[in-house]
Amino acid sequence: MIRAIRGQERKMTLRTGGTSFRMDLRAVSMVLILGLVSVAGIIANVGYGEYPIAPLDVLRTVFGVEAGDGNYDFIVNTLRLPRALVAFLVGLALGISGAILQGLTRNPLAAPDIVGINAGAGLAAVTCIVLLPSFPSSLLPPVAFGGAFAVAVLLYLLAWRGSSSPLRLILIGIGLGAIATALTTTMIVFGEIFEVTKALVWLTGSVYGRTWEQVWPLLPWLVVFVPLSFALSRNLNALNLGEEVARSLGSRIEVERGMLLLCSVALAAAAVATAGTIGFVGLIAPHIARRLVGPSHGGLLPTSAMTGGALVVLADLVGRVSFGAVEIPCGIVTAAIGAPFFLYLLYRNRNK
Amino acid sequence: MRFLRSRYALLLGLLIGSGALFLCLLASVRFGAAQIGTLEVIEAFTDYDGSEEDLIIRTLRVPRALIAALVGAALGVAGALMQGLTRNPLADPGILGIEAGAALAVVGAVFFLGISSLSTYALFAFVGAGTTAVVVYGLGSLGRGGMSPMKITIAGAAMAAFLGSMTTAMLILNQRTLDEIRFWLAGSVAGRDLGLLLQVLPYILVGLLLALALGRQVTTLTLGDDVATGLGQQTVWVKVGAAVSVVLLAGSAVAVAGPVGFVGLVVPHLVRFFVGVDYRWILPYSILVGAILLVSADVAARLVLRPQELPLGVMTALVGAPFFIYLARWRVKR
Repeated sequence: MIRAIRGQERKMTLRTGGTSFRMDLRAVSMVLILGLVSVAGIIANVGYGEYPIAPLDVLRTVFGVEAGDGNYDFIVNTLRLPRALVAFLVGLALGISGAILQGLTRNPLAAPDIVGINAGAGLAAVTCIVLLPSFPSSLLPPVAFGGAFAVAVLLYLLAWRGSSSPLRLILIGIGLGAIATALTTTMIVFGEIFEVTKALVWLTGSVYGRTWEQVWPLLPWLVVFVPLSFALSRNLNALNLGEEVARSLGSRIEVERGMLLLCSVALAAAAVATAGTIGFVGLIAPHIARRLVGPSHGGLLPTSAMTGGALVVLADLVGRVSFGAVEIPCGIVTAAIGAPFFLYLLYRNRNK
Repeated sequence: MRFLRSRYALLLGLLIGSGALFLCLLASVRFGAAQIGTLEVIEAFTDYDGSEEDLIIRTLRVPRALIAALVGAALGVAGALMQGLTRNPLADPGILGIEAGAALAVVGAVFFLGISSLSTYALFAFVGAGTTAVVVYGLGSLGRGGMSPMKITIAGAAMAAFLGSMTTAMLILNQRTLDEIRFWLAGSVAGRDLGLLLQVLPYILVGLLLALALGRQVTTLTLGDDVATGLGQQTVWVKVGAAVSVVLLAGSAVAVAGPVGFVGLVVPHLVRFFVGVDYRWILPYSILVGAILLVSADVAARLVLRPQELPLGVMTALVGAPFFIYLARWRVKR
């Protein structure tokens, strides 16, 4: 039941029994708008290709209504839809992961790439691609996930000293990431040029050829950790005010920090394992979201998630459309369209 | 947090650091593909007779060692200045887009013009780095109040990602370019000669002097713009001066050695563990530590996989990161 809508702040409080839930209306509308953009992007993505399908037919086919000729079902539901969904889900996960990390560390440069998670995944995957030329690409996601997980465990072991400290965590993450990146670079420099190109595409991040086989393993991570992140987002606000303030506001800092970190790492690792080390989304989606809905994490996390999803979906579309037969990996396009948009936002808000 | 407390300890530390740097340089000249003894190194200077060893020492080994030292010093100081300027412990010269700009310019030159000489790479790299830095600084200074750490940091990160994606696009689309440039992109000082050294020397020296002259002001600036202004500082000029120094230093470094990552980020942290937060000490120590890290990494890069040579950018991370992790674990309290 909606209890109060205050005109100026446009906040809404839902209360049912003992629990209450406060929402920022601006964030709600932003999430809806970005969601619509994503859906439109997915539909366009599914419709576009060698065998074009009209948007309405796409929708019909997805919902199981017979449309056009009999091929639609195969093309849409087997070939194109999983790829578009992977793009959206990966962007969503990275958007949340980045927002949590930036909130936890209170550093605008924090992103999954900077704490070494991506580098670990990258090292594992590139090692397999370059050193084992016949390595099946369907096995890359578990391998990459293993790499990311190994770095996360190492990071935690090295950074934990009775209490965690965000700065120590980040610095150690940078160190681990640097080592992993250095080893990856060695492979890039000395490997066979054909395999190196393949490795580079993986490192850039691409959703090319992703099927339901990649969607299903990704889903459980999202189902668990996305709601958990949203539930914890309020604590992020308190932590963001600084350790002392958070503690005096009644935060159990260590527990909350640990849980949030777990969410961030799990989401980033799942995303990176699925689509390669797509950079930039985790960094920029929270910044874009902050400029759209302000810094309160209750609204920021969902908005950042949707921004990330929309960004990767649109990037994939642009990458497929822009150069005709040659497909640009979406990891390249995320930066190519995300950065100018972000700089525009920076320019528009220059006096704030 | 700081390790060296008194002024004398700090001065003594500088002296010891210089000694260590000298030893590293000596090792760099001594070790390599051709076996050369320490005595021969000395003789090459005191008693030059034009023998093969003397030639190797004077035209290959010494310039290479000096270039490694200069590049390390430049990157260390540039990183320290960037962290002071942006008040962000994660900042490095890459934040001004210097490495991304240089890489894009060089890869573009190879891709479109088919250029393949080290000195031309250097020219393109320097121009690319400078242009990007000016653009990023401009974007970070938009609006009222001029340059703010927050604005410049995220503008730089976005710009670097943007340029980096274009570089990657060229590399993925064209295997020949990738094959030609991948060693340069990992950073290296192999095959750099005296001519290149003399070309960048003036820029690096001016950059270093400018940085050292600004040490006191940068320390004040790290307390915040308001405090610095309140203390009578012309913050705009300090920021511009520091930025010019960063461009000269990091631009020259990337021109000579390619994008050697990690040094600019890590050296200031290593230094801060020993000398605290005063930039009058951080900057000279960064010169020494940066130079030592790069020279020793270069020696290791030559020795580990003989006769193959590892890229310098790989080795700096492998040498520096474990030490860095150790310090971060035991010295960062909060």
